[in-house]
Amino acid sequence: MMGPLLKVDQLGKRFGGFVALDSVALTVAEGERVGLIGPNGSGKSTLVNCICGTLHNETGSVTFAGEKMDGLIAHERTRRGLARSFQLPRPFMSMSVADNIRVPLLYTVAARIGHHVSKAEADDRCMELLKLVALDHKAAKNPRDLTQVEMRKLELARAMAAEPKLLIADESMAGLSHSEVEDIVTLLIRLNERGITIIMIEHIMRAVMSFSQRLAVLVSGKKIADGKPDDVIKEKEVIGAYLGQ
Amino acid sequence: MRTPAFILIQIVAGLALYLLFNYFGNDYWFFAGYTVLQYVVLATAWNILGGYCGYVNFGSAGFFALGAYTSVFFYNVGQGVDDLFPDSLAGVMHLIFPLPMPLLIVIGGFVAGLVGLGTGYLTLRLRGVFFAIATLALAVVLETLIINWEFVGGARGAYVIPPAEIPVFGPYIQFLFALMILLVILSLTIARLIERSRLGYGFATIRDDELAAEACGVPTLRLKLIATTISGALMGMAGAPFPYYIGYVEPGSAFNLSYAVNSIAMPMIGGTSTWVGPLIGAVLLGTLQQIATVTISSAVNLLIVGLLLIGFVIVAPSGIVGLAQVWMRKRSKA
Amino acid sequence: MDFSLLINAIIAGLMLGAFYAAVSAGISISFGMLDIVNIAHPAFILVGSYIAYIVNVELGVDPIVVSIVALPAFYALGALVYQIYYTSFEKYGQESLRGLAFFFGLLFVTEVCLLLVFGVDYRSIDAPYIGSSLSIASMEFPYRLLIPFLASAAMFAVLQIFLSRSFIGRAVMAVSQDPMALRLMAVDPIRIKRIAFGISIATASMAGAFLIIIQPVIPSVGRDYIGRIFAICVLGGLGSLPGTLIAALLLGVIESITSVYYGPSWSPAVAFGLLLLTLAVRPSGLLGR
Repeated sequence: MMGPLLKVDQLGKRFGGFVALDSVALTVAEGERVGLIGPNGSGKSTLVNCICGTLHNETGSVTFAGEKMDGLIAHERTRRGLARSFQLPRPFMSMSVADNIRVPLLYTVAARIGHHVSKAEADDRCMELLKLVALDHKAAKNPRDLTQVEMRKLELARAMAAEPKLLIADESMAGLSHSEVEDIVTLLIRLNERGITIIMIEHIMRAVMSFSQRLAVLVSGKKIADGKPDDVIKEKEVIGAYLGQ
Repeated sequence: MRTPAFILIQIVAGLALYLLFNYFGNDYWFFAGYTVLQYVVLATAWNILGGYCGYVNFGSAGFFALGAYTSVFFYNVGQGVDDLFPDSLAGVMHLIFPLPMPLLIVIGGFVAGLVGLGTGYLTLRLRGVFFAIATLALAVVLETLIINWEFVGGARGAYVIPPAEIPVFGPYIQFLFALMILLVILSLTIARLIERSRLGYGFATIRDDELAAEACGVPTLRLKLIATTISGALMGMAGAPFPYYIGYVEPGSAFNLSYAVNSIAMPMIGGTSTWVGPLIGAVLLGTLQQIATVTISSAVNLLIVGLLLIGFVIVAPSGIVGLAQVWMRKRSKA
Repeated sequence: MDFSLLINAIIAGLMLGAFYAAVSAGISISFGMLDIVNIAHPAFILVGSYIAYIVNVELGVDPIVVSIVALPAFYALGALVYQIYYTSFEKYGQESLRGLAFFFGLLFVTEVCLLLVFGVDYRSIDAPYIGSSLSIASMEFPYRLLIPFLASAAMFAVLQIFLSRSFIGRAVMAVSQDPMALRLMAVDPIRIKRIAFGISIATASMAGAFLIIIQPVIPSVGRDYIGRIFAICVLGGLGSLPGTLIAALLLGVIESITSVYYGPSWSPAVAFGLLLLTLAVRPSGLLGR
């Protein structure tokens, strides 16, 4: 495919008088592993919301796989291959873990292939994804019965069930232990090896550095750095604005 | 159980009920039974939008009355054929009118469904709370329009005189009762089908977390519109025979608040997660109210419904079905 | 064009509108600022009306005086209702479906109880100023509208000053936007919400007195006001007390003119029609945040 997979161009978003995002530009190539870091309140989640269509940006545009996303609602963007996990996991509490995975299969995948996914096929794909995140033994359980890290994995697995081209993982590792963080990073790298482009939004530097091929830094709604991770963390503004904290 | 079997069982049960009442020989059973069945339809219809999708409709009375007044409208057209149509058409019109009840039910459902779609289109893009308030608004607007529309009787009301007897069924009320059984079968079957289908998953995600649902690719607005249309249509269908059942319709009775309260209380008390809940709630509360209205006053009876609603909502939010599930789980563990 | 008819319709509408503002002030707080859909608010107003009625009939006391005396009781009632609402629903994030059903049940039960106690006869109060008007030039200011108008304006002013100047008032305005910030200031958001909801129900006491001065009441009158109240709050913009006032005055005038030129039977539809229109065209309202 020619051109970048995701192109965010001069994206601007205000909440009343507060400028959350100020002319943010970001390009992600197919197959890339991009990390996005920034202090709390810098606008990372707002950026994700604007890219995915949950929020409407006032200025700028989002182009995905060569197609302009402006005016498309969230579910339409998901159907085109843009998936995200939520910072605070939002599982569907009235259904089992397996059924949570089933939803994107029934709606996103079915819409893309143009016909219903049969029950047997849906069951197979569900189990496959659950095995990938090591949750297959909890398939019939309710999300309430999952541990923190399991909920995060479910969140990622559900985003994966939409068979995306690009996955935005929004702070999937907050509050997790060292080994749990490693689990998730390994999982994300494995997903990337399957051909999925991934943007990782994180605070945990260790994870971001080991995962990213490229690192972007967002501070107060502006992108102040974008390049090789090792170079970016040495930049003065980055150290001052973020790492110094 | 596959759906055709489910429908068959319902038909058998309905037939048994009909024959039983026939055997009792007193038409009162049919009149009382009709009201309970009507509530089953209303409760089931409400639950499709309220219980499955999580969007509360306070205006059930409005959709019900739309069905009722559609019937009144066509009845009055039929009565006034000679005045309304030129001589050339009058002959044909006399053959068409009065419209048969099944057709009136379909038309009533269509009109109510359309209004549901329209209301939904205007308000479902906003938060669920605004939708609920809008439904309240809708019921009042409709009532005001009807009050000011002389052709269907306005504030004075309208008389509808059904035929006393009808072939096969005998007394007309038995015919209406049979039709209401069919409507019950229709609504329960639709509700159950939805529950077991992809649509049911979609509805549940909307109820659980609409934002996450969108992120998973669920077209939430479209699904909500589907739910609103089906729900409204069923309520309109339940309302279409009402004028023929009661003989005299005026806005106060058609738009009665008890429809709004009951269509919310019955599913919430019975249980909102499955088609069984509204059925249980409607049969229980409906029967209780029939008894209460005769023995105590109808005001006290509504008071009890309201108190039960508040009580269940606070103490047993999953309704009777939820309580039964907890009880069964405890038994299997013991 | 009969100018004096139009002028008097507008004047009546403005005075009525101020009363509507008083009626809606409570919802502007509970729905606009606390995000609680208390559709039972009109029922509380009716309770206020009937209490004013009883005391007026038995002891001859002026309704507005009664309502002021009853303020603490209504406040306590509001605090209690919020506590139940919070422990049963808000804590678990279940407020959408169950909370709505709860308040609807409350509305209904209250109306039926009033019906059982007072029946369907219209009740009105006896006060020396009812029936007469203040005339200036060719303009008529009926006292039954003027007194509530002045009292509503006063109540509104007090509320606005409280919300913008006092610590608790500003905490109330902040609680829906940033509960975390409140916690950091060692203020319990739940306590603030309880106070705010108590205040919102307290306004119902006064609004009830105003209502029964303006018109005779029966229990079902409450439901006529649900639409008006929410129409006003949505049109004015949720969370904005000044917005509520402007929208209320606007509604009062439109209703009054509609009533004079097209007949009173269209009045209920005006508010609701306006509400549907607002929701469809500009859901954030005139001054909404």
